[in-house]
Amino acid sequence: MTRRRRRLYFIVSSLTMLGVATALALNAFRENLVFFHSPSEIAEKGIPAERRFRLGGIVEENSVAQGNDGVTISFRVTDTAASVPVRHRGLLPDLFREGQGVVADGSLDKDGTFIATEILAKHDETYMPPEVAAALKKAGRWQGE
Amino acid sequence: MIVEVGHYALILALALSIIQGVLPLIGAQLGYDSWVAVARPVAIIQFGFVSISFAALTCAYVGSDFSVLNVAMNSHSAKPLLYKVSGVWGNHEGSLLLWVLILTLFAATVAVFGGNLPPDLRARVLSVQALIGAGFLLFMLLASNPFERLVPAPLEGQGLNPLLQDPGLAFHPPFLYLGYVGFSMAFSFAVAALIEGRVDAAWARWVRPWTLAAWCFLTLGIALGSWWAYYELGWGGFWFWDPVENASLMPWLAGTALLHTALVVEKRDALKSWTILLAILTFSLSLLGTFLVRSGVLTSVHAFATDPARGVFILMFLVLVVGGSLTLFAIRAPGLKSGGLFAPVSREGALILNNLLLTTACATVLLGTLYPLFLDALTGEKVSVGPPYFHATFVPLMAPAIVAAGIGPLLAWKRGDLVGALGRLRAALAVTVAVALATLVFAAEAPVLAVSGVALGTWLVAASLGDFVERIRLFRGPFGETRRRAKHLPRAAYGVTIAHAGAGIAVLGIVVSATWESERLQVVKVGDSVPVGGYEFTFRGIQDARGANYNAVRGIFDVTRGGDPVAVMTPETRVYDTPRQTTTEAAIRPTPTADLYAVIGDPNGAGGWATRLYHKPLVHWIWFGAILMAVGGFVSLSDRRHRVGAPRRRTARVGTRAGTSQAAKA
Repeated sequence: MTRRRRRLYFIVSSLTMLGVATALALNAFRENLVFFHSPSEIAEKGIPAERRFRLGGIVEENSVAQGNDGVTISFRVTDTAASVPVRHRGLLPDLFREGQGVVADGSLDKDGTFIATEILAKHDETYMPPEVAAALKKAGRWQGE
Repeated sequence: MIVEVGHYALILALALSIIQGVLPLIGAQLGYDSWVAVARPVAIIQFGFVSISFAALTCAYVGSDFSVLNVAMNSHSAKPLLYKVSGVWGNHEGSLLLWVLILTLFAATVAVFGGNLPPDLRARVLSVQALIGAGFLLFMLLASNPFERLVPAPLEGQGLNPLLQDPGLAFHPPFLYLGYVGFSMAFSFAVAALIEGRVDAAWARWVRPWTLAAWCFLTLGIALGSWWAYYELGWGGFWFWDPVENASLMPWLAGTALLHTALVVEKRDALKSWTILLAILTFSLSLLGTFLVRSGVLTSVHAFATDPARGVFILMFLVLVVGGSLTLFAIRAPGLKSGGLFAPVSREGALILNNLLLTTACATVLLGTLYPLFLDALTGEKVSVGPPYFHATFVPLMAPAIVAAGIGPLLAWKRGDLVGALGRLRAALAVTVAVALATLVFAAEAPVLAVSGVALGTWLVAASLGDFVERIRLFRGPFGETRRRAKHLPRAAYGVTIAHAGAGIAVLGIVVSATWESERLQVVKVGDSVPVGGYEFTFRGIQDARGANYNAVRGIFDVTRGGDPVAVMTPETRVYDTPRQTTTEAAIRPTPTADLYAVIGDPNGAGGWATRLYHKPLVHWIWFGAILMAVGGFVSLSDRRHRVGAPRRRTARVGTRAGTSQAAKA
């Protein structure tokens, strides 16, 4: 096989691979991009039920309550301008606390309650997810930088 | 005083790194031998100064010197010694110091053991290495000084984040950094070769051990990190496709590709410019990883409080390094002449396929990781890319790579015989089919994907072992013959078998644990029994316990199987003294076929406790497989061809031929 043919094979196979990867990525993107919304955005835009997204904000003070089965937790997430009720079945991450930032993954049910399939944990009390900081800034109540 | 010595040593190290980064480079270009000779001693002395600096910071930590800001922020006098020491790198400034320490260690190793390198190449390699070091040292001294004093000194420190007070995580960063920074050697060699305009088999032979060592450490580092996430975070998961995890996976993927393609340069003198490019990309991805972790631009479950301003510096440095080296590559690469023609079906062809798949997989991970950043910058829209994306792109790309990894080592260089190779693997094929069928029969409702995953993992293990058995003619001839063959098989061949089998085992662990895991979430009262995966968990009550620097609430579970006692499991919730933070300590009981995993949560106020119980089949195979991969790498590294191998340039071609014919015979 000549050098040129080999190079041709190499380029053709690379392009094929790239094509396959692009197809896979585009396909996966369309279905799996998870948008982030703050409580104010939910109030403004009206997000359809059952659509998966991430909700972020502050856990409202005195809003955390335990369900009857002992493993369902409900609370409200606020960006100080609006708030959304959230329900989650599972153990809460160690750093989950009232008055602290939180990001939850899930979707709204028909009554407008956010059913969180996952509460994202943090490793550090002082860590504020950038989206939450931005959402709070937008609501005009962020005291940080 | 010790602290000032450390600070001063760091400044001297910066000055030396600038000297080492400039003089030998110019000297090699203009032929000033005395300037070239500067590289070796300076590299060694520079490592000495950084070591002094690191020792000084360690002293400050061990002696709890809270007049040092860094110590006061991240340590506490009541912390166990291990975590005082690991606290040195458990924060931004200290981890940078560790990074530079490893960087200069690698340079010093080249200076000491690189006796058979041509002086010009060695000088250039050390110079490039020193320039990288200079960037980091400058950054530390200007923006992240670990030796900053605090006046007045507080009586007590803030303490280390309790999640970091864990043996797994104590050693995770050093291993990870040995990997990240190890790739800087490949990078330095690549840039030096581009400046020289020469890449040959001898060059590849010098680069490969560094890449291999770095890869082994990175493999261990990632495995430690995921193991930590598995037992410490109490979610029972081991990989979340989080940006911080992806940041370490990308250099690993590129490094794996580099490892294999360097082999082609060494043995066949082909694929030179691709190898150089890959060396540059691998280290660039390591830098990108550092940037992503340190800057906190992405939301991550593993993120700690970060400072975006520091990210800007690393980003600029990244642009400089990547831009500079790629420009150099664009100018010089067309001049690299490749030899070694080969057919598509050949060892080279298989390694190219491996490279294409690995780099494409790496690219899809990169896209998924950075896409949220781009979208935010362009439209202001906040999105995240979750695990489903990575499952849909990464997995289909890795599947053919696993199939190929089973066949590739059996193909000859230049022109391989696919039918013959498959013929020699018919036992492995039979085992794979049998296991896949057994899975279909015994595991009712097994998803097709899971069965294919099991088949893939089995295939890789069986093919690797099958190839090995074939090579030593086990059970096919007299035992003495087998022993002789086993003895003469190069260590590198053992390494390939172990590492590939390890990868297969890890695949099996991932697929089986993800598919057949059982999870139960409930409130239990004393005396309640919960069946999970064939085991009975009986809750016996709660105990208070006091640890070194925390109070714990400990749940007690008796675990039985068919009435026979198996274990007593004691998951804990700990509240640390300083900082006052709660952590969940899962109780994990490995059995030969599965891990039992228990987590205790909050009380419900009526005598019940929220608990989460898992039965995770084969989950420990993931880390066992990863360890095997690293072991395979180290075994390969011990091959005498790596130690004595590197021949002088003129005889390089002869040496390569001998190596090839030997490999063909074996």
